[in-house]
Amino acid sequence: MADIDIIKDENIVYKKSKVLTDNVMHYCPGCSHGVVHKLIAEVIEEMGIQDKTIGVSPVGCSVFAYNYLDIDWQEAAHGRAPALATATKRLMPDKYVFTYQGDGDLASIGAAEIIHACNRGENITVIFINNGIYGMTGGQMAPTTLVGMKTATTPYGRDVELNGYPLKMTELVAQLPGTCYVTRQSVHTPATVRKCKKAIRKAFENQDKKIGTSFVEVTSTCNSGWKIPPVEANNWMVDHMFKFYKQGDLKDSEKDNPDDYKKFIE
Amino acid sequence: MGELKLMKGNEVIAHAAMRCGCDGYFGYPITPQSEVMETLMLKKPWETTGMVVLQAESEVASINMVYAGASCGKKVMTSSSSPGVSLMQEGITYIAGAELPCLLVNVVRGGPGLGTIQPAQSDYYQTCKGGGHGDYNLIVLAPASVQEMNDFVDLGFELAFKYRNPAMILSDGAIGQMMEKVELSDFKPRWTDEEIQKISGSWATTGKTADREQHIITSLELDSESMEKINHRIQAKYRKMEEEEVRYEEIQCEDAEYIFVAYGSSSRICQKSIEIARAKGIKVGLLRPITLFPYPTKAIAKLAERVKGMLSVEMSAGQMVDDVRLAVNGKIPVEHFGRLGGIIPTPDEIVEALEQKIIGGK
Amino acid sequence: MAKVKGTIVVDKEKCKGCGLCVVACPQDVIELAKEVNGKGYNFAYMAKPDLCIGCANCAQVCPDSIITVYQTKI
Ligand SMILES: Cc1ncc(C[n+]2csc(CCOP(=O)(O)OP(=O)(O)O)c2C)c(N)n1
Ligand code: SF4
Ligand code: SF4
Repeated sequence: MADIDIIKDENIVYKKSKVLTDNVMHYCPGCSHGVVHKLIAEVIEEMGIQDKTIGVSPVGCSVFAYNYLDIDWQEAAHGRAPALATATKRLMPDKYVFTYQGDGDLASIGAAEIIHACNRGENITVIFINNGIYGMTGGQMAPTTLVGMKTATTPYGRDVELNGYPLKMTELVAQLPGTCYVTRQSVHTPATVRKCKKAIRKAFENQDKKIGTSFVEVTSTCNSGWKIPPVEANNWMVDHMFKFYKQGDLKDSEKDNPDDYKKFIE
Repeated sequence: MGELKLMKGNEVIAHAAMRCGCDGYFGYPITPQSEVMETLMLKKPWETTGMVVLQAESEVASINMVYAGASCGKKVMTSSSSPGVSLMQEGITYIAGAELPCLLVNVVRGGPGLGTIQPAQSDYYQTCKGGGHGDYNLIVLAPASVQEMNDFVDLGFELAFKYRNPAMILSDGAIGQMMEKVELSDFKPRWTDEEIQKISGSWATTGKTADREQHIITSLELDSESMEKINHRIQAKYRKMEEEEVRYEEIQCEDAEYIFVAYGSSSRICQKSIEIARAKGIKVGLLRPITLFPYPTKAIAKLAERVKGMLSVEMSAGQMVDDVRLAVNGKIPVEHFGRLGGIIPTPDEIVEALEQKIIGGK
Repeated sequence: MAKVKGTIVVDKEKCKGCGLCVVACPQDVIELAKEVNGKGYNFAYMAKPDLCIGCANCAQVCPDSIITVYQTKI
């Protein structure tokens, strides 16, 4: 049993962020969406920007992100979140604007919007949940589905002849001069959760510096779509997804081009 | 008294936007309306009024930028022509579903498909009968002059904010490209943050402050009972518009035995046709709908009680004629005349059609 | 023995029994219960409360943010 003596407010070392609502998340058990929501909420709380943050939710499992983060939200049409974020940031440059998008939303139907928002160097933060599948519609192939991976629309495994290759959207946007920070993270262990939070924080702080688009991919699991229980799904992700989707920073203007970067923020 | 200028209809849209306190324009080039964005880019209103102007990567993006700007309580707009407006339909229904105000301009060209770049009125169905999915309507203003291109920008925003519903100026390539004398509106400043709070502070996404609940802009509601309620609320707005916002013009209807019903460019030609017809002894008048939604159904029904027939003149295969027929409800003959493919009918052709289809047809 | 002592409180009714906290705990404190909560999930609980050091690893990985962590020096 929990030790009653310790359970006092002054002893709390970790509790739910105030920016999270009390609504029970509709996500499947163990879904990475919940962890990433929490990290965004914590970053918003720690930066003290709840009243200045506008989220743009996608179509996908996270369409209801607005039920969980207690900030103002715009719910976009499938794939269009970067267009919404573009206009919102340009019309209200002092706000922190972020999109939250799945891989179907961002890499398939919304490929044009994300490429162009990144290419214009919109001062926004993009959170990209790459779980290699369409969760919400019942586990169909996503552009990011690995070769050989079985989904509802690739029942025999993704075949490149039939379906083409998995799309590394994060590598793609890293090539664009408009992006200032592009990183690939995950949230499957306590250590990666902490690292991912730092990345998200940096991606939000970059909006102050007006140096372009910050793009955080979170390589994720969809245990329902993958038909693998949560703990094993994390292991499967490490063994398979990480081989193709290499973890870590792809671009960080601050580090990669310190001189350019200084010029930018001056 | 505003400034008098000789200008193209499309240019006037841009000037009217800058002068009415518009916060943002998002567009994508397409003939015959590209002058709207070109004029804005030339005038650089971001340096004067602070208006944001952005060339988007597509009409899909531009309409979604409008969706976001409207979500923030800002006065935002886009303009396009038929193929581009087709691409925008998803965004338009989201905007209507989320009950947001914005201004859309369609400078119509002939279709279907890529069609022609010449003027047409063949997007009436798309504009007034849906376009996108779901039960919604746009507030539709049909300018018949360059002056009205100016006036309807301000009016469109006013109605859009009054009803929290997208408004569309349904123009055509002729009026967009036409040079005419115009009295530009006086400059109005953009709304301040405080004004936006007053006007849209109960719903706009301006940042959740400690003193209020979060604001969520969405058209999603999975619970059917709630979704039906939302639909009823939206429909109630349309019924109110039908009561309060119908605008039309009657020309020489007092003694008329026959009526042309025509909007936009066609209504201008019909005025010439009236002269020709009257010279021949045919007493014809014109009912010009100014709002295509809400439609002047009652005015047409009233005329139907005392005239012998109506001819709906449109540069389409016959779209608005449906609404004329619904209004007339079988009391008198109603026929359609129009040219397709970007051809503007001549005044004589119209009189001939009246004689053959309505007068002779009796 | 640890120099700090921790404990966690799991909002049992909101737990979805995903088990991510179980594997995240370096001290093997947490297990999923044999019985189920109101939603039918085998909820997480402290099987070995004495071993908890209050590191908050479990809470950080919990997708549903339902673990509160307490820690005190001993
Ligand atoms: C225009 C349009 N096409 C298709 C859909 C159906 N749809 C809803 S969610 C979704 C896929 C979402 O997948 P992803 O972005 O990977 O997010 P996840 O659910 O996996 O988090 C699709 C195809 C839609 N809502 N709108
Ligand atoms: S379907 Fe997949 S992505 Fe959606 S909530 Fe379930 S686990 Fe998460
Ligand atoms: S991680 Fe959270 S939801 Fe999952 S079993 Fe542990 S307490 Fe329950």
